[in-house]
Amino acid sequence: MSAAETTLTPTSYIGHHLSFLQKPFGTGDFWVLNVDTLAVSIFLGVISFGFLWWVVRGATAGVPGRRQALVELLIEFVDDQVKGIFHGERHSFVAPAALTVFVWVLMMNAMDFLPIDWMTAFYEHTFGVSHFRGVPTADVNTTFALALAVWFLMIFYNIKIKGLGGWIHELFCAPFGSHPLLWPANLLLNIVEYVSKPLSHSLRLFGNMYAGEIIFMLLGLWAATGIAGTVFGALLGVGWAIFHILIVVLQAFIFMMLTVVYLSMAHESH
Amino acid sequence: MNINLTLISQAVAFALFIWFTVKFVWPPLRTAIDNRQKTIAEGLEAAERGKHDLELASRRSAEVLRETKEKSTDILAQAERRGQQIIEEAKAAARVEADKVVASAKAEIDQEAERAKQALRERVAELAVAGAEKILRREVNVAAHNDMLAALKQEF
Repeated sequence: MSAAETTLTPTSYIGHHLSFLQKPFGTGDFWVLNVDTLAVSIFLGVISFGFLWWVVRGATAGVPGRRQALVELLIEFVDDQVKGIFHGERHSFVAPAALTVFVWVLMMNAMDFLPIDWMTAFYEHTFGVSHFRGVPTADVNTTFALALAVWFLMIFYNIKIKGLGGWIHELFCAPFGSHPLLWPANLLLNIVEYVSKPLSHSLRLFGNMYAGEIIFMLLGLWAATGIAGTVFGALLGVGWAIFHILIVVLQAFIFMMLTVVYLSMAHESH
Repeated sequence: MNINLTLISQAVAFALFIWFTVKFVWPPLRTAIDNRQKTIAEGLEAAERGKHDLELASRRSAEVLRETKEKSTDILAQAERRGQQIIEEAKAAARVEADKVVASAKAEIDQEAERAKQALRERVAELAVAGAEKILRREVNVAAHNDMLAALKQEF
């Protein structure tokens, strides 16, 4: 649709779609808030967890209704995954945290299904904003926030389970052995591991969702070539969207699994 | 891809959502599912127990049936034997009775015959006397008889 405007170039089209709705809170690059990311993610979180809460509040131990069966299916699925990885008391924190991660990331990823140009028009006409990115997980801040939260939880559980001394001992003595000559190698490897975990955790999700968005935009550019191009682009868009269903669910699942794996590793001593 | 304040706000939102799920979403449904699992397990156990009981009962009933059949066969055989015995006894009693009847009839017949003989004997004497009278009436020769009578008188 916007491709019909004469002043539009592919660069400005993509650049427009990749601009956040930002609000500065001070000087410097850091003190800026991506209002769109925050609003969409909180909105999605409130409706999904509100829905779950609404269903489980009336949960019956008898024959469940359809809504409850759906939620139970989801919870049992997450619980099964956690059960397979995490051997400990999972109901008090790890399993519900995994559910939170899965549901929230899935919902944020699923924003990618909404047609990008229509949504831009919708945000523009409803809220009067010129820039708005609707997929929170295509914002590296979101994925880093999640990964870092998991990272801190990991360190928290390491210290809680093994004690501060136990954790530091493990930093120096695992995985190669406790010989003093091996300490530097162990420490180096552990540092690399602790740095790479949140990076790979967050960038995997971010990269997938960001690339997905970019490809939708590139397919949207076909509309600039005329009717035939529009139809062709739409067909490609459908194909990519169907494939994207897999990516959206898979990435949410992977993010959840990694969260559980990291927390589970923090609970196990070497 | 700039790291900015959103990182912190998203982390706070994440923490809040985790807290909410841990506190309000997970426990009620876990409780419901656990309770249902318990109910189902109990139901299955009860069904298993019922099946076991049924098996026991059917085995027991088969046994009772078999016992009853055996007993009834016994009773039948016994009854048949008893019947046979009764028939034999009845036959024997009847035979004895018949013998008795025959014997008494025979005795009566003998008695009757004796009586008849007696009567006949008496009648024979009478007849003999009557015959003799008739003969005598025709052939009495007072003279000759008187001689005889006289001789008899003599003898006394």
